[in-house]
This record gives sequence, structure tokens and C-alpha cells, in this order.
Amino acid sequence: MASGVSILPAPQLAVLNEAYRKAVARKRLKVTIAAAVFCAALLIAVFGAEVNLRTLFTYFGNFVSYFDRILTLDSGARVWTDPLEWFWGWKKWLRMLGETLLISYVGTLAGATAAFALNFFAAQNTSPGPFLCFAIRRLLEFARTVPGIVFALIFVIAFGLGPMAGVLAIAIHTAGALGKLFAEIVENADMKPVEGIRSTGASWLSCMRFAILPQVSAGYISYALLRFEINVREASVMGFVGAGGIGQELVVAIRKFYYSDVSAILVTIIITVFIIDITTGWLRGRLFGKEARG
Amino acid sequence: MSQMTRPDTSELREKYPDLFDRPAAARLATPVMILAALAIFVFGLVDLDFSPGKLISGISQLGWITMMMIPPDLGASLPLYLKALGETLSIALLGTTLAAILALPVSLLAARNIIPTNLIRFPIRRFLDSIRGVDVLIWALVWINVVGLGPFAGVLAIMVSDFGAFGKLFSEAIEAADRKQVEGIRASGGSALHEIRFGLMPQVLPVIAGQVLYFIESNTRSASIIGIVGAGGIGLQLAEQIRVLEWQKVSFLVLMILVAVAAIDFISTKLRFAIIGKRAVA
Repeated sequence: MASGVSILPAPQLAVLNEAYRKAVARKRLKVTIAAAVFCAALLIAVFGAEVNLRTLFTYFGNFVSYFDRILTLDSGARVWTDPLEWFWGWKKWLRMLGETLLISYVGTLAGATAAFALNFFAAQNTSPGPFLCFAIRRLLEFARTVPGIVFALIFVIAFGLGPMAGVLAIAIHTAGALGKLFAEIVENADMKPVEGIRSTGASWLSCMRFAILPQVSAGYISYALLRFEINVREASVMGFVGAGGIGQELVVAIRKFYYSDVSAILVTIIITVFIIDITTGWLRGRLFGKEARG
Repeated sequence: MSQMTRPDTSELREKYPDLFDRPAAARLATPVMILAALAIFVFGLVDLDFSPGKLISGISQLGWITMMMIPPDLGASLPLYLKALGETLSIALLGTTLAAILALPVSLLAARNIIPTNLIRFPIRRFLDSIRGVDVLIWALVWINVVGLGPFAGVLAIMVSDFGAFGKLFSEAIEAADRKQVEGIRASGGSALHEIRFGLMPQVLPVIAGQVLYFIESNTRSASIIGIVGAGGIGLQLAEQIRVLEWQKVSFLVLMILVAVAAIDFISTKLRFAIIGKRAVA
């Protein structure tokens, strides 16, 4: 079989090879330096985080046996041999789970509404004034950078123990996160409809309502649903600081070593998160499908 | 001035019946959905014990707390807090790196174009999903039970919870990779490992590096809160100061977290641009 690859004459080849070697050497040097810096940072981090491999090796068996223990009932049998005993507190847990879902729902909706009200001011192309835009942006940034659980810690003191603190914490964090995403959608929107509506003498509000909103509402809903998914997870730990939901039960079970309860509550949470993920995924698919068809 | 002619609506009506006479179901769908959403919202407010009185007294409390927070002041504990911040950054960096190292081989197993059979991929995907379903704070509590209080538990918690996320993201990146380069390697006689090393990795690694950097950034946030349950870092200090109502210290700690997150954000964005190029960063 004749070879289709032609070999260049040696001198020409030597020049090309040299150039190739140089390019590769430069790249390798860069990668090596980056890797060295990264390793140095890691090494510092190892000391900073008090990593102790001996502890890990000594106790790693504990990690495995922890899962062994949480999957064992008090009677010594495996949990799945007696589901009734395993989920003995299912009435209470389901109620708490419902509370968790409500916390994330109410928090998401309230936060999304706030984000909706603020995002037109935060988007560069629709904001009435640069100062307002800057101020709202910083506000949203603050709301999303401070972790939700920190808000919860503070709100528990201000509003008292209970789900209300959790809802407000989630709402604020959601408003910050969604406000930014919403504003980005608005910034990507087509401005021609706005000009069209503006030219008829419409106010700023009408411009937003009739020119921007129809373009962006599908994106809003999609992001809000995604956020709801995240918030369910977040709400499941709000109870750790006393802000309601199933986290309260979980932290008690973990701290007091009620092993089989831990696994039961974890399984409940994981299944719920699965269901929520699938449902919102399906819902988003449907809404977007509709949008594409319409 | 030209007279605008009225469009012939009857003709248009005939042409686009869907636009003029939308079925009642389609017209009612949106208001009904909004009403349902509102109904659940109101039910939620009632069920979660919201009351205007509580809200108002809480907000006035909150206003009072905010007043107490100004000006941020930390007394004499700066070295302690800086150490805690360093701990937090270390936790984020180490946890994310370990998670990425662990997740890479697993993500290969979870990618459709590497392992064509559902038999392995499906259980691995569900396993990763279950890990992701559990919040990092819960993992922190579990690890505290295993290795004791301290930042090490935090590293392990971030590692496990990111392992789930990375496994999914990496396998998606691998699935999105171009098949042609892998085929090229195979055509020139490369083994399966060669295909992965020279066909896939050059395409996938920049994406993965970008994701890891992004996670280091978001984990700085996570690492700053896992201290609340006792897993080291600045969250521990923060939770303590909130519990003893030292509001000036609280506001200072929050500011410290914000500055640290902003700094990491800045660095990682720069690095991401350098690695993947401006265009690829969404």
C-alpha cells in the first residue's frame, strides 16, 4: 500500500521541529510552574487545615463502620429487614419534611418576587440611572454572598426560633442569587421591542412590562425552579441552627447517636430531593417546550 | 399624509386561528397556575406561623441588631480570626482538590462514551446523585463523628459533597467531548487508555480545571459556614460571636468573609480566563 504521507526534506523539517520543540517547551514550563504553585498552596493548606493523615487512617474505619451502624437497628438487624421499625417516626418526619418543603417554597417565591422587582434596576440596559444600578447590584451581591445559614443564625435571634427565620434567610439569599441571574437575562434581551414601545410614548414601566417581560419570563421561571431545587437542600439544614424543618430532627439524631434514625431521615431527604429534581426538571422541560412551540 | 389602511382582520383570523381564538384551556392556564402558586404560598405563610406582629417585632429587633453592628470592631482577636480565615481557605482548597482527584476516575465510569453499558453507569450516577442530595453541613456532622471536631472534618465534608457534584459535571464534560479525536487515536493504533489520555483529556481538562476553580470559589462560602456545626474555620468564630451577641465582631467577621470570597472570586475568574480563554467562560 502506497503511503499517502509525504515527508518534508530534512532541513525544512529541522526548522519546523525546532519551532515545535520550543512551543512545547514553553507550554511545559508554564504548566510546571502552575503545578508547583498549586502544590505549594496545597502544602500550606495541609498545615492550615490541620490535616492529620494518621487521624484519617486511624478513624477511617469509623467512617465505614458509621454507615454500618446507621444501617443497623437497635435490635442488631439490618434496617431494611424491618422498614416499620426503621421509619418508626415517619409521621413526625413527614410533617417536618413538609415544613422543609414549605420553607423552601415560600422562601423561593418571596425571594424570586423580590429579585423580580429589583432586577430591572440592576440590569445595565434597563436601569433608570447608573447610581441606582450600582446600589441595587451591591445590595444583591451582599444578599447572595453572605451564606443563607448565617442569615438564619441572626434571624433566629431577631425573629425567634422557628421556620420564619428559615424562610426569611432563604428568601434573602434567593433574592440575591436570582436577582443577578434575572438581571443577566434582561441584559441579554433584545432592545428593539423596547425602542418600539418607547417610540409610542410609553412609560418605563410599560416598556418593561410589554417589551422586556415577554422575552425573559421563561428564563425567570426556569431559574426560579432551579433555585427551588437548591433551596430544598438548603432548607433541610436550616434546622441545624433552629430555623425549622427536618434539620432539627437530623441534628438531634446525629448528635445523640440515634443511628438508625439518622439513616432513615437521610433516606427521606435524599428521596425528596430526587423527586423535586425530577419534577422541576420535567416542569422546566414542559415550560420551555411550550415556549419553543408558541 | 397617507391614510393607514385598516388590516383585514377576518382574513388574518382565518389564517391564524390559534392567535385570535385561543382555546379556553390555554388562556386560563397561566392565571390558574399563578393562583395555585399563590394559594400554596398563603397556606405556607399560615402553616409556618407567619404573623404581622411577629414580623414587625422581628424587623425592629433586626434594625436594633444592625445598629449594634456598626461600626465593625473586633477587639483584640485579629490574629485568631485571621488564622480562622486561613483555615477556611485551606479547607476550601484542599477539599475541592481532593474531591476533583477522587471524582475524575469515577466520572470516566459514569460517562456514556467511555462505558457504553447502562449496567455500571446507572448505579454510579444514582450513587453520585445521593451524595449530592445531602448537604455539606450534614456531611460535616457525620465526619465530626468520625474524626472529631476541627478543620479536618471540614475538609472531608467538602471533599465528599463535591465528589458527588464533580462526578456529575466531569462525566457531562466527557460526554460533550468530540468523538473524532478519540477515533483518530484508535485509528493510529492506540489502546483504550491512550484514547482517554490523548483523545479525551486534552479536550476535557480545561473544562474540568474551570469547574474546579469555580468550585474552590463557591467552597470558600461553604467552608465559611461548616464551622457553625464545629468543623473548623471562620464559621466557628462567627457562630460563637452570634450566640454571645457580640454584634460588632459579627459584622467584622461577615466583612472578612465577604472580602475573602471576593478575593478568591477575582483570582479564580482571572485563572479561568487564562485556562479556557474568554470565550468559553459563560
